[in-house]
Amino acid sequence: MSALTQTTPAAADNDAAPEREWRPPSYWPFVVPALVVVLAIIIFPWLFTIWMSLNEWKVGSPTTFVGFANYLRLPNDPRFVEAVGHTILYTALSVLLPLVFGTLAAVVFHAKFPGRGFLRGVFIMPMMATPVAIALVWTMMFHPQLGVLNYLLSLVGLPPQLWVFHPATVIPSLVLVETWQWTPLVMLIVLGGLAAIPVEPYESAQIDGAGVWQMFRYITLPLITPFLFIAGMIRMIDAVKSFDIIFAITQGGPGSASETINLYLYSVAFIYYDLGYGSAIAVVFFLLIIAMAAMMLHLRQRTLWTEIGGGA
Amino acid sequence: MNDHLISRRALLAGTAAAGALSLTGLPARAEPHWKKYAGTKLEVVLAKGPRGDNLQKYIKEFTDLTGIQVESEQIPEQQQRQKAVIELASGKPSFDVVHVSYHVQKRQFEKAGWLADMTGYMKDPNLTAPDLVESDFSAAGLEYARNDKGQMLSLPWSVDYFILYYNKELFQKKGVAVPKTFDEMVAAAEKLTDAKEGTYGFVGRGLRNANMTLWTNFFLNYGGEFLDSKGNILTDGPEAIQATKLYQTLLTKVAPPGVAGFNWMESMASFTQGRSAMWIDGVGWAPPLEDPAASRVVGKVGYTIVPAGPKGQYSATYGDGLGIAAASKNKEAAYLLCQWAVSKTQGARLLQAGGGVPFRNSILNDPEIQKGVKMPKEWLQSVIDSAKISKLGLPVVIPVAEFRDLVGAAITATLAGADPATELKKAHEQYRPILERSEKA
Repeated sequence: MSALTQTTPAAADNDAAPEREWRPPSYWPFVVPALVVVLAIIIFPWLFTIWMSLNEWKVGSPTTFVGFANYLRLPNDPRFVEAVGHTILYTALSVLLPLVFGTLAAVVFHAKFPGRGFLRGVFIMPMMATPVAIALVWTMMFHPQLGVLNYLLSLVGLPPQLWVFHPATVIPSLVLVETWQWTPLVMLIVLGGLAAIPVEPYESAQIDGAGVWQMFRYITLPLITPFLFIAGMIRMIDAVKSFDIIFAITQGGPGSASETINLYLYSVAFIYYDLGYGSAIAVVFFLLIIAMAAMMLHLRQRTLWTEIGGGA
Repeated sequence: MNDHLISRRALLAGTAAAGALSLTGLPARAEPHWKKYAGTKLEVVLAKGPRGDNLQKYIKEFTDLTGIQVESEQIPEQQQRQKAVIELASGKPSFDVVHVSYHVQKRQFEKAGWLADMTGYMKDPNLTAPDLVESDFSAAGLEYARNDKGQMLSLPWSVDYFILYYNKELFQKKGVAVPKTFDEMVAAAEKLTDAKEGTYGFVGRGLRNANMTLWTNFFLNYGGEFLDSKGNILTDGPEAIQATKLYQTLLTKVAPPGVAGFNWMESMASFTQGRSAMWIDGVGWAPPLEDPAASRVVGKVGYTIVPAGPKGQYSATYGDGLGIAAASKNKEAAYLLCQWAVSKTQGARLLQAGGGVPFRNSILNDPEIQKGVKMPKEWLQSVIDSAKISKLGLPVVIPVAEFRDLVGAAITATLAGADPATELKKAHEQYRPILERSEKA
């Protein structure tokens, strides 16, 4: 074929034309290492995961190509459907609560009062602890008979709770641990935002007779919104892939009441050794995360636009 | 030859293993050629626990005896199982000897052909000490170790019988007798429950997956069988429904609140704090219960067999063994190690420390070894009695984990008020296709 094209002058011209225009850029050898690394550790595993998801692939048995059969299993798998619901609920709560409490804490710690530095330091300590270690501590605190939480409730006359030991309360209880650990992170980010706000708007608001709530609602909140979005994004990514705390405290139980996609995926791939089906779950999970991230970015752009609009 | 034998014995007299072998009083067969594979290096992957500790602690004796170097590592159970499966499936495992959890892995390992056949080695007097014969292992051990062709694919190491632990002090206080049947157990538990005081009659695993080991003991005593002759699962039949109802009654009416999320650890915490009067679980928990630093019930614990159901009295049995990777290049040396690990000396050490129960009758029934057991005599008696009524506690299928997760979740759901028959039916509708797929593959 190439021999043929070379014999005709027109084709030879065509071949030569782009070569004259296109010179290999001199930087390409420097790109190659990065390209190889990205291909090897990001692109290849992803393509391989997609390939596995199209196969019946169980450890110890021969693999067979089954097309989309693994994906078709998903909607009919009640455990998966439940896990999606648990993941969404868990993520929503563990984004919202730290945002609310973190913002409150930031407003408190933004004010000047004696011992502020020390208290700030104490407040961010949970963030520095290892999740699995604190999970074990919380497990004992949640114990309905021996745990300290029910003892504290009994001091104020409240009935004992089952916390992570009952299907109805397990997700809120786990979110409590997440919130305890990650509120400080939100606080730090928002605190940075607060420090950047100039004092003039507050002064003029005070002259106009605005109250504390009004100043927070109409000045502070709009100005720290970009920071809240960053905090929300970081929290969302962390919460949706949360594994350590849930696994260490409940292993997805009681029953499967706190089984998120991540935990189910782990069971399917590494306990049932069903790598094909596990890969299908991973692919769907990945798409879900992309969708959530895209939604967040979209929301962020909308708020940026209103900010500009409001400022103009 | 005899002279040669004596000199070899004299040479080995210092080693404990030889001492144990001479105890057996079976002079007819010669000693194995322990030193034949001297210089070989073996890799062993163990699940973390007292069995692994016991092997690692005395491994020098094995090296002295055989000249074989052993590299071993202990990995937490769950991860060890994953590592073993993934490496064996790769065809080039990094280890020669693998610690097998029978109740989870037996069928999977057999079907994949990952373990070497030891039958020939066991018949070879150059490799096997005269006291190591198949008939010395308990029935459950042989059932676990042999495949359906009768080949020995592993050596049974340690067995876990389910027994009934009870708090003697609470029993005395309420004037309750030790239950012999399920009905008596429920009645006793009701009497022992005093929610105001915070004490309850019964505690046991409620957490999905973990709870299956307790539930199956109920199921067996109601006359249940896991599989029919064609391999169909039967755990949603009438026996299963009865077992679930008993489980539901015990864990909702006379057990501590929150038991649906309890694994053995939370159950043990409740029992050692004197908050629960009865606990059914594996036989291996005696050491922590009798440890003054961890337990408030030291010296007050009674040990007995699991009460009888209407159709039988069994002890749900689990266990682990040592197998040789079929891909290993040092199978004979690896076999010597497996043999040493299940030897009388090593087994006696395990039993005496309460760290496990050997599958070998000659160890369990040896009065000399029994004398050295540090746990209460009642505990030892419950072990010996359980051995007589032992029955495998989980179906021998490949998807054991799925079985435990799906049916276990159904059983846990009944603790929140769901109907046993409906829940079991739903779980089996999900499980049957998984089982069929695994057998077809």
